[in-house]
Amino acid sequence: MKKLLLITAAVGVLGAGPLVSQASPEEDLKAFQAYFQERFPNVPFEEFANGVYAIDKASREQWEAIEEFPPYEIAIEEGEEMFNTPFKNGKTYASCFRNGGIGVKGDYPYYDIEKGRVETLASAINECRTKNGEKPLKYKKGPLASLVAYMAYTTRGQIVDIKIPFDQRARDAYEEGKHFYYARRGQLNMSCAHCHIDNAGNRIRADLLSPALGHPTHFPVYRSKWGSLGTLHRRFAGCNKQVRALPFKAQSTQYRNLEYFMTYMSNGLPWNGPGARK
Amino acid sequence: MRKPASSTLAAAGALAIMLGSLAIAPQAALAEGASVVEEGKAIAFNRKKGNCLACHKMKGGTLEGNIGPALVNMAERYPDKKDLRDQIWDATRVNPNTIMPPYGKYRILTEEELDKVVEFIYTR
Repeated sequence: MKKLLLITAAVGVLGAGPLVSQASPEEDLKAFQAYFQERFPNVPFEEFANGVYAIDKASREQWEAIEEFPPYEIAIEEGEEMFNTPFKNGKTYASCFRNGGIGVKGDYPYYDIEKGRVETLASAINECRTKNGEKPLKYKKGPLASLVAYMAYTTRGQIVDIKIPFDQRARDAYEEGKHFYYARRGQLNMSCAHCHIDNAGNRIRADLLSPALGHPTHFPVYRSKWGSLGTLHRRFAGCNKQVRALPFKAQSTQYRNLEYFMTYMSNGLPWNGPGARK
Repeated sequence: MRKPASSTLAAAGALAIMLGSLAIAPQAALAEGASVVEEGKAIAFNRKKGNCLACHKMKGGTLEGNIGPALVNMAERYPDKKDLRDQIWDATRVNPNTIMPPYGKYRILTEEELDKVVEFIYTR
């Protein structure tokens, strides 16, 4: 009886929320990917991992030329060296990750049931450091970005396969990330979706807007505009500033959840980071 | 112009200016109108102000985006200029899902700047 009451109560709470319009992550994923395949019928699915270059012939040639001598190569080497250099206590990054940390970028982001939050590779790297008596690194660029670049590089070719477990908190984190993507923000009152879903493939001034599908697969990226390598959360902050919104901190709950939603939406695409972008 | 200071004199002065401007109305209004349109154009094309070309194609622009409709025949499309102003002030009133920023409501432009932009867009 007690159990039944609890269930009724739970249904009651859910019923009060916007459940009607809330699809499951699985349904969201299907609709999301179908939308882009319909919008760009001539683009093979796996091509979406290449961002704007999947849909822009003109800039694609330039990009392919850049990829022959990739500007992120030094970062991969730097990351590899850091990865293999023992901490002061003699341990290495390899001790903190499955498979010695090789080819594990695809394990992230995931919902950590024990910690009750989304875990990202960047945050796992810093946890590994602090656990071993080292100072945490800055999250947007620099050594941490290089480490992620190396770990992304060893993951290339694997398929994105993010799971949203049947845990209410995980589902909530996913929903929050999704809501972030579709919510208007900033003085310009725009959502991520306005540009990268509704207007993907359209031009904003002379720039083509890249499709949301595939965005997280190729990070970190060396961006010509930055003149350096940057993490996904660095890009999030840049996007938020562009619509004149106050950015959140890298690895804030908001950005972790956003990464969770976006990466899940890219399930099925190849991991192909690090990347080079305009 | 005149010597003693009093409120009546100030009022008289104001009246004189008004009458004066009425007297030379046709040319002055024309010149002023043209300069308001020019000012509006500068605000509309400024990337940190209107940045209209980010989304709209229009006469006089280059490398325009194609997110919004081309701005042509605006005087015909908006017989009442106020409707055009309302649209720029807050486009979500007509289309709740629009990507267009609410230039007046969110004070991206001042009311004066918005007036000038309207004058310019109305000539497209």
